[in-house]
Amino acid sequence: MTDLTKLTLAQARDGLKAKTFTATELTQAHLKAIEAGNAALNAYVLVTADHALAQAAVSDKRIASGQARDLEGLPLGNKDLFCTKGIRTTACSKILGDFKPEYESTVGANLWNAGAVMLGKLNNDEFAMGSSNETSAFGNVVNPWRRIGADGKALPDKLVPGGSSGGSSAAVAGGLCLAATATDTGGSIRQPAALTGTVGIKPTYGRCSRWGIVAFASSLDQAGPIAKTVRDTAIMLKSMAGHDPKDTTSVDAPVPDYEAMLSKGVKGLRVGVPKEYRVDGMSKEIEALWQQGINWLKAAGATIHDISLPHTKYALPAYYIVAPAECSSNLARYDGVRYGLRVPGKDLIETYENTRAAGFGKEVRKRILIGTYVLSAGYYDAYYLKAQKVRTLIKQDFDNAFRDVDVVLTPTTPSPAFALGEKTGDPLAMYLEDIFTVTVNMAGLPGLSVPAGLSSQGTPLGLQMIGKPFDEGTLLRAAQAIEDAAGRFTAPQAWWMADTASSSPTAAPVTPAPKAKPKKK
Amino acid sequence: MHVDLATVRRIARLARIKVTEDEAKGLEKELSGILNWVEQLDEVDTDGVEPMTRVVAQDMKKRADIVTDGEMAAAITANAPMSDDNFFVVPSVME
Repeated sequence: MTDLTKLTLAQARDGLKAKTFTATELTQAHLKAIEAGNAALNAYVLVTADHALAQAAVSDKRIASGQARDLEGLPLGNKDLFCTKGIRTTACSKILGDFKPEYESTVGANLWNAGAVMLGKLNNDEFAMGSSNETSAFGNVVNPWRRIGADGKALPDKLVPGGSSGGSSAAVAGGLCLAATATDTGGSIRQPAALTGTVGIKPTYGRCSRWGIVAFASSLDQAGPIAKTVRDTAIMLKSMAGHDPKDTTSVDAPVPDYEAMLSKGVKGLRVGVPKEYRVDGMSKEIEALWQQGINWLKAAGATIHDISLPHTKYALPAYYIVAPAECSSNLARYDGVRYGLRVPGKDLIETYENTRAAGFGKEVRKRILIGTYVLSAGYYDAYYLKAQKVRTLIKQDFDNAFRDVDVVLTPTTPSPAFALGEKTGDPLAMYLEDIFTVTVNMAGLPGLSVPAGLSSQGTPLGLQMIGKPFDEGTLLRAAQAIEDAAGRFTAPQAWWMADTASSSPTAAPVTPAPKAKPKKK
Repeated sequence: MHVDLATVRRIARLARIKVTEDEAKGLEKELSGILNWVEQLDEVDTDGVEPMTRVVAQDMKKRADIVTDGEMAAAITANAPMSDDNFFVVPSVME
């Protein structure tokens, strides 16, 4: 039997339908892969094997009786930010302790009601704050991709998988699940996707429900999938999205069949290229990748337009006022009273102070303090209000641009995956990882990252596409055009699998594209 | 904007997070660095600009004012570090 963990979500769906294998076999294959591979990657913080097998058994019954739902029997990983009923949920923080939610997140429930199987909870930066998955209470996640040295051999340095959804991106890229849930507040789906050669989409604010997701910044957070292909991403999004009366910010609009829209192509699609995203010191290979994406879309029938988004450079500083401000409010609930860790003090206030000092990591504490400061008396107008006004201007830039174009194309990140520890010394260097992605959260628009090439050291690079509100369908078909031209990217050697038989080198890292080869620049 | 030690301690108090003297010194630098960096927003002319309070124009949804949930005190206190008879137990707040 072929290695079932190498299938895409769509292929697995077909295989189950054709009864080539059972849902139980599919789940078992992934549980075995997790057993062999998770120690090296640390993608999962909790494996729910019995739970998964029970779900798979139900799926097998339904498939046998012709009652398969959209995601029947497909094994997924679930970011540990999504509350799972009766199953530990920690946001990868010490402060939630052994918290077992009494309810399931709406997005999670949507997936399980569609028949999907949950393999376990995935690692992430603590409370979703980070761009490298180096702030988790459960330790770092390692990128399945490694740099290739001049001699063609993989270098031993461990690379980051991106963050905050590093467990999600590493698990998908490492074959430890078919797809994963993730969240994005400043780039936490798109950046990890770009760094691991996977596809990730942050839907329009309000497309997916935030109910039951541990809140970081309520006006920015949005759930979305990370998956192996554009089609897989479309399949996941269809099941995740939808109105939820329990989340008043979720929008009551029908969810289109994103998968069906993929074949529409991009003829006549107007693609905007914003000049302000060409930042100082941008690497030549990122520039070349961007140009490559432009050429591919042109060749597929799109038209390319220069646009201007004048307030782009102010998005990151504005984000680092708004997001910490909202996080300071959202994380006030962790006080050792109703759930999680409690470190007693001489009185209630000291109990709060001790608990929160012991429970929060350094990055989370820093952001809470920044947020508390900018919201405090005397500073609210100068900082928070100012940032919210700049936010309106950032949104207006996009509204203006979208009068003339349908999607905006930019690189996803300023650089490929960096090594563990490389950026932890300088907080601003880490924050700059999100420079291309935060604008999208600030404007509430949908954005995705699609793999488009490899760096000079053989690590993945992604292209970002930004769309009009609720126009995820256009984004996905534009991404499909890129994927058709670029091909798929899979890590060349499964070095993280403990079983040596499955870590033998596979074929070339790039799945050849069916159409013309990408032109060399 | 430079935040001094006294400000760091005040914010830590507001945020109910205990901070040691050493940590406070480190935070003084870190927080000042970030706040200095965000000050570039002063370059932007925001006269007459409304702050963004809503990402997508939408009326606030309402529902009928009837009880549809509740009566689950045991579930609500299930995760409490300390509880008694469906009450959360905390150190005394009385002087």
